[in-house]
Amino acid sequence: MARISSAGNYGKEIRSDCKVTIELTKSGGLKIDLASKVKEYFGDQIMSLAKKELEFFDIKNANILIEDRGALDYVITARIESAIKQVSDTKKKYLLPIIPENTNQTMKDYHRRSRLYLPGNTPKLALNAGIHKPDGIILDLEDSVAPAKKKEAAILVRNALRSVNFYGAERMVRINQLPMGLDDLDHIVPHNVNLILVPKCETAKQIEKVNSKIEKIKKEKKLKYNIWLMPIIESALGIINSYQIACSKNVVALAIGLEDYTADLGTQRTAEGKETFFARSQIVNSAHAAKIQPIDSVFSDVSNMEALKQNVLISKSLGFHGMGCIHPRQIPVIHTGYAPDQNEIEKAQKIVDAYEEAKKKGLGVVSLGSKMIDAPVVKKAQQTLDMAKIGGNK
Amino acid sequence: MKKADKFVKNAAGRMVPTIVNGKKVIPFMGVNKYKPTHRGAAPRVPTCIDYPKNGNKIVKSLKEALIKSGLKDGMTISTHHHYRNGDYVANMVFDIAAELGMKNLRWFPSAAFPCHAPIIEHLKSGVVHHIEGSLNGPLGNFCSHGKMEGLGYLRSHGGRYRAVADGEIHIDIAVMAASAADMMGNANGVMGKHPFGPMAFPKADVKNAERTIVVTDSLIDFPCYPWEIMGNDVDFVVVLDEIGDPQKIVSGTTRITKSPDRLLIAEHCAKFVEAAGILKDGMNFQAGAGGTSLAFVSFIQQMMIEKDIKARSIIGGSTKFLVDMMEQGLTDYIFDGQSFGMDTIPSLRDNPNHIPIGVFDSYDFHAKGNLTVMMDVIVLGSTEVDVNFNANCVTHSDGRMLHGIGGFQNCMLAKCTILAVPSFRDRIPVIKDEVTTLVAPGELVDVIVTERGICINPLRKDLIKATKNSGLPIRDIKDLKKEVDQICGIPAKSKLSDEAVAVVEWIDGTILDTIRKVEK
Repeated sequence: MARISSAGNYGKEIRSDCKVTIELTKSGGLKIDLASKVKEYFGDQIMSLAKKELEFFDIKNANILIEDRGALDYVITARIESAIKQVSDTKKKYLLPIIPENTNQTMKDYHRRSRLYLPGNTPKLALNAGIHKPDGIILDLEDSVAPAKKKEAAILVRNALRSVNFYGAERMVRINQLPMGLDDLDHIVPHNVNLILVPKCETAKQIEKVNSKIEKIKKEKKLKYNIWLMPIIESALGIINSYQIACSKNVVALAIGLEDYTADLGTQRTAEGKETFFARSQIVNSAHAAKIQPIDSVFSDVSNMEALKQNVLISKSLGFHGMGCIHPRQIPVIHTGYAPDQNEIEKAQKIVDAYEEAKKKGLGVVSLGSKMIDAPVVKKAQQTLDMAKIGGNK
Repeated sequence: MKKADKFVKNAAGRMVPTIVNGKKVIPFMGVNKYKPTHRGAAPRVPTCIDYPKNGNKIVKSLKEALIKSGLKDGMTISTHHHYRNGDYVANMVFDIAAELGMKNLRWFPSAAFPCHAPIIEHLKSGVVHHIEGSLNGPLGNFCSHGKMEGLGYLRSHGGRYRAVADGEIHIDIAVMAASAADMMGNANGVMGKHPFGPMAFPKADVKNAERTIVVTDSLIDFPCYPWEIMGNDVDFVVVLDEIGDPQKIVSGTTRITKSPDRLLIAEHCAKFVEAAGILKDGMNFQAGAGGTSLAFVSFIQQMMIEKDIKARSIIGGSTKFLVDMMEQGLTDYIFDGQSFGMDTIPSLRDNPNHIPIGVFDSYDFHAKGNLTVMMDVIVLGSTEVDVNFNANCVTHSDGRMLHGIGGFQNCMLAKCTILAVPSFRDRIPVIKDEVTTLVAPGELVDVIVTERGICINPLRKDLIKATKNSGLPIRDIKDLKKEVDQICGIPAKSKLSDEAVAVVEWIDGTILDTIRKVEK
């Protein structure tokens, strides 16, 4: 095992992060050096935090360098732990107390119009993500994390799940593609994650594997809360199997990833999107058939809000309920776009009124004008009104 | 001579000196409590026959002009900052003064910038005794460490005009850069090879200085009109190859921010202005040139288009954004005290509704009214605020001088003054129990807008009522502080020494606070 290791990021452009370098020594005790732009205010606190954590991991002799750019405690402790785990085979975890805001659970039909992607190893973006009021935030362990940084990202994401206030957004994590993603579950399942995104999902079997690993961890740790799944379909095979995937246990939404899908087809993604029309419709159809939420791919041109708006309207008209986003400014546009329009609201209101009227009169059959109304239609109308109530911007 | 002596506790509860650089000063007495009744400055009475009949006041060098102006030890030399970080003139003046063996000069700039770092050598060698004007960058650092011989004296833009007009500061020689001038000294900032915009800051100087030197790199045929400086006030004209770099007027901040958090702050400001009923036809407002302020302007612009609203005037700090708004018919007038970009100059030069203003018109506390008082809303940035709405814009939390006061204090008199700030920067909370340096008394700060919520000063019951059901995240400032402290942790107190290095003057000329030496 190496005697020297480092974790985290440090540099002029880096914020809210730190780099921790540890060199194990034979004697001389702990020598901690701190270089920090906030040393004057938080230097003593950082030093005592580091000492406590090093003691926890039984590190007795080492030279430690902490190069800090305003990292919060959950980041500093994650970076120290990641550095230690490269020079020691400890199984221990250094956990800060979980904040009460991060212990809530979400319902199966929680609205999931927007979900904001956050690179899992970049703490500065996580801190204020919740204030932009997305329905969900995704701490990403997959594409946004460099292969060499996967392990430290998992520890950082674990700590973020416990310590960062996301102001009511559903806490989601995108794990790595299986089988690597199964190892990610150890880091996140015990820490109140609400939903896990399973990327490049092609078969229901994969979801089964994820479910059984989650069950195993939950049983071991005696965890009671639900963990929902959102598979991301990103291939031709996945599209064909999407209904079986959608019907799998704990799956509450089906997302589509169009970059990989078009690559799989050997075609180019266009603005018009003819090449993905079938796949998108298939996802919508499979999701609705399984009574879960169909979620659209991200729109990557973050500077073009008008194009995003048009894209959302098309997505809504195809039957999607939500979309991923990669910039906070996309959130209000997405919320407004998926919100029911005035016509839909009026129509839904009439249906719900007719239902209430019939209930009051004790009628078994609900009718609006000459049309009979089925129970699912009433339920759909109620959902439309609920969506209207949360508004374009939650 | 002691830099600062005989400290007393002023009405804001701050310990301030009553003797600064050997002169008696008055401690802050409370907002609107001090109204002097004496008469103002009386300039020297010149006679026209003592000046060339052909009007030609050109001398061959700046050195000659300074010698002819009677440059002596202990004099006060003023410059203006319309070239901002691209100014060449101030450094030239003090290099010449050093060459002539001058000592104990007082530099009285309308603002200093990092480009003026060479003045540090003159402070060390005793050519310059002290600076009265904004201290930031390398100069701020130098002064913060107690290395300046005299005490720093920070005034607002309006306060600087007032100090000259009231007779508190007597300028011996005003050296005024002009992008264009004629032989008589008529001058402006919109013509010539390097135009910089309106000439708001030199007006107090040229009217009251013992001698005025106009320095230009573009001599044009008489008459140079419009004449923002009139030749009748000018003693000498100097023509040089270069007097400043207008490209450096624009700092990195004059762009709409891309930061989602700062955009959210700006959006909160705009929505607040709308909810409070301020956004309406005929409104007058001011917004600065920082990234968040520009984003605020951009949100307001969208709202005005959507609701078909037209402002009567916008005060700048003019930027291309304001010019665009006027050209789109969203405001009748721009009042322009300072240009933040070359691209505003054609409008200023050619559009009669783009009006150049001076510091007297916009900011002076001892004017018979001023434009800022008439503004419906002003959005400003700040380095720190506290739970009593007091604000700081000059020092960092460690006490180091970062920025000048600029128009910050003067803007406090507007009908609604909003401070747009992030609730923390790099783990350091911006909302404090008590600001490190008091620059604006809390009773004048109406609203503090952050990314995590909007705090309305309890004194503004009208604004609280108007925005009650707006759906905006309106919060008690103490709750917000608690949330931020939970995120960041509670920072240790900075270690500042007892030694005073500068004072902050309030707009009425009294001393509001003392800036202390930084230990490290």
